[in-house]
Amino acid sequence: MLRRLLATSLFAAALLGGAPASAPVQAQQPVTLNVYNWSDYIDPYAVDRFQRETGIRIRYDVYDSLETLEGKLSAGRSGYDIIVPTSEPTFSRLVRAGALRPLDRAQIPNWGNQDPALLRQVESSDPGNKFGAIYLYGTIGLGIRTDRVKELLPDVAPDSLDLLLKPENARRLARCGIAVMDSAIDVMPSVLRWLGRNPNSTEPADLRAAEDALLAIRPYVRAITASGNLMDALANGEYCMVLTYSGDVIQAQARAKEAGRGVQVGYVQPKEGAQLWFDMLAIPADAPNPEAAQRFINFLLQPDVMAGITNQVRYPNAVPAARPLVEAAVRDDPNVYPTSEALARTFTVTALAPAAERARSRGWSRFKAGR
Amino acid sequence: MRRLLPGWPSRLVPALPGLWLLLFVAAPLLVVAVLALSWAAEGVPPFALPWAVPGQGLNTEALALALWDGYYRAAFLDALLVAGGTAGLCLLLAFPMALGLVRAPARSRPLLLGLVLLPFWTGFLPRLGAWVGLLRDEGWINSLLQSLGLIEAPLPLLYSWPALFLGMVHAYLPFAVLPLYTALSRRDPALEEAAADLGAGPWPVFLTVTLPLALPGLAAAFLLVFIPAAGEYVIPELLGPPEAQMVGRVLFQEFFQNRDWPVAAALAVLLLLVLLVPIRLFQRLEAEP
Repeated sequence: MLRRLLATSLFAAALLGGAPASAPVQAQQPVTLNVYNWSDYIDPYAVDRFQRETGIRIRYDVYDSLETLEGKLSAGRSGYDIIVPTSEPTFSRLVRAGALRPLDRAQIPNWGNQDPALLRQVESSDPGNKFGAIYLYGTIGLGIRTDRVKELLPDVAPDSLDLLLKPENARRLARCGIAVMDSAIDVMPSVLRWLGRNPNSTEPADLRAAEDALLAIRPYVRAITASGNLMDALANGEYCMVLTYSGDVIQAQARAKEAGRGVQVGYVQPKEGAQLWFDMLAIPADAPNPEAAQRFINFLLQPDVMAGITNQVRYPNAVPAARPLVEAAVRDDPNVYPTSEALARTFTVTALAPAAERARSRGWSRFKAGR
Repeated sequence: MRRLLPGWPSRLVPALPGLWLLLFVAAPLLVVAVLALSWAAEGVPPFALPWAVPGQGLNTEALALALWDGYYRAAFLDALLVAGGTAGLCLLLAFPMALGLVRAPARSRPLLLGLVLLPFWTGFLPRLGAWVGLLRDEGWINSLLQSLGLIEAPLPLLYSWPALFLGMVHAYLPFAVLPLYTALSRRDPALEEAAADLGAGPWPVFLTVTLPLALPGLAAAFLLVFIPAAGEYVIPELLGPPEAQMVGRVLFQEFFQNRDWPVAAALAVLLLLVLLVPIRLFQRLEAEP
């Protein structure tokens, strides 16, 4: 009896442990693709259509911060087949850590649909574009309540980071509410750029200058919190000015309009130069189902699928052929699709050495602590 | 075989607490300690064990950084002050509650105890979410005050020190009430009656009889709040001001944002060592007659 029990449990263990690798078992049950994406970041119709067309079942899971994603990936054996890390810092760190599987472009015939100019921009995080396709992208700038800011700061250029970073302006907006997303890598480069310095600088003097600039406005900043907390607050009119991701501001704008309580939200892409970021489609090195993941990436890169996603989430995609298929209101909004002049005024950030990274995050912590 | 079996459980039972300690205290502690002496590296997971890097040996830099860097010291100080303040506030509120409980008629005591424990019937995060909903600029409290015409612009209630302490006291108060209740219900009411009969007023009775008798309960309640509060991460993150950089938040930053697992582990080890001090003091207090 005992021996039979042992044999059965050993068999069960072998089945569980070996199932993903052994072909006969896989043939019997439908393939499952484990997708791990940002919350509110896809067109649900695209997921349905992929399942219908391929017979692959999608198990969809979401995160709301890069820390959550990176924490799971760092421990290894996350069990996900598709992840959507942001180019910096997470995607480039995962590339360098060997945590991603190189894409097999032969399996992704739609790879060529992507804008080559944007792919070149991503190469600062992933030389040779070996590990990721572009899902969506955007800039970092100011979400403002246009009416209130115009009223309080009538004589300040409405497209400049001066609105936030000049202490006399920040002081006048303080009562109305200023918030900054809690992310050193998404804020410090823009501050350096505003100061006229290299956004990727690791010079102690430059980092010090950025920290001083931030500390000068610290008394007027009410909240420094995760970007996910800021979108609704901006839509509700709780803040007059928020430094965050472009797409979040555009979603807040849509929500404010829906709510119909007279809150006017607008996005400001700083004329001093805005940080450009990319959310990348990537496959973890230990993905249980890499073939299905490649098919999913190929599926997403189709123009009509991408257009549907942009319509839904209001972030631009990197497939030029998708643009005519996007709703006119979204397509012609220069805050969704930056104009070519605006795109020329963007910059990308590169990964820093660990010591410089620590220096930057230390400066950021001092800004948060206000000391 | 048959002779062995009866001996089995009797030998296993005393071993169980030891096994428990080994599995859930010693083993995780060992893992964290080894991690604190490892090297940060780019990889999955993002560290290299001390013996995996030839010629480098143990990494003591992480521990040295955690020990000597003023930024971490400020974080420890913040955490200890907030934990001490929380524990103090909890005692102030819990002591009258516990006294009320023991003096309540025996019939209603189970109901009152149940009310103390009632918050545990709801998840921790939804309760904090409720506080966020109450305190935010467009939240219930500000809306109410504005509609009453008491204030013009919303008060910045959320992300402030008072909000942080509110959340902490809310979360930890039951942990202070229960040990105090136990300590107070064990005392002999005849002692207080005797003191009163001999002419002591209510205050002298309280100060010279009730309070000293409750001292072990007070110490236990303080520690039960202080120790978990010192490592708290969620409440300062959701309710506290950005400047409340307590050690739990700093640890999270090192772990997830800087991806420096050795420094994060070193901070965890130091936090444990710091918390051993009050535990030792408590044991001393317990041992004294």
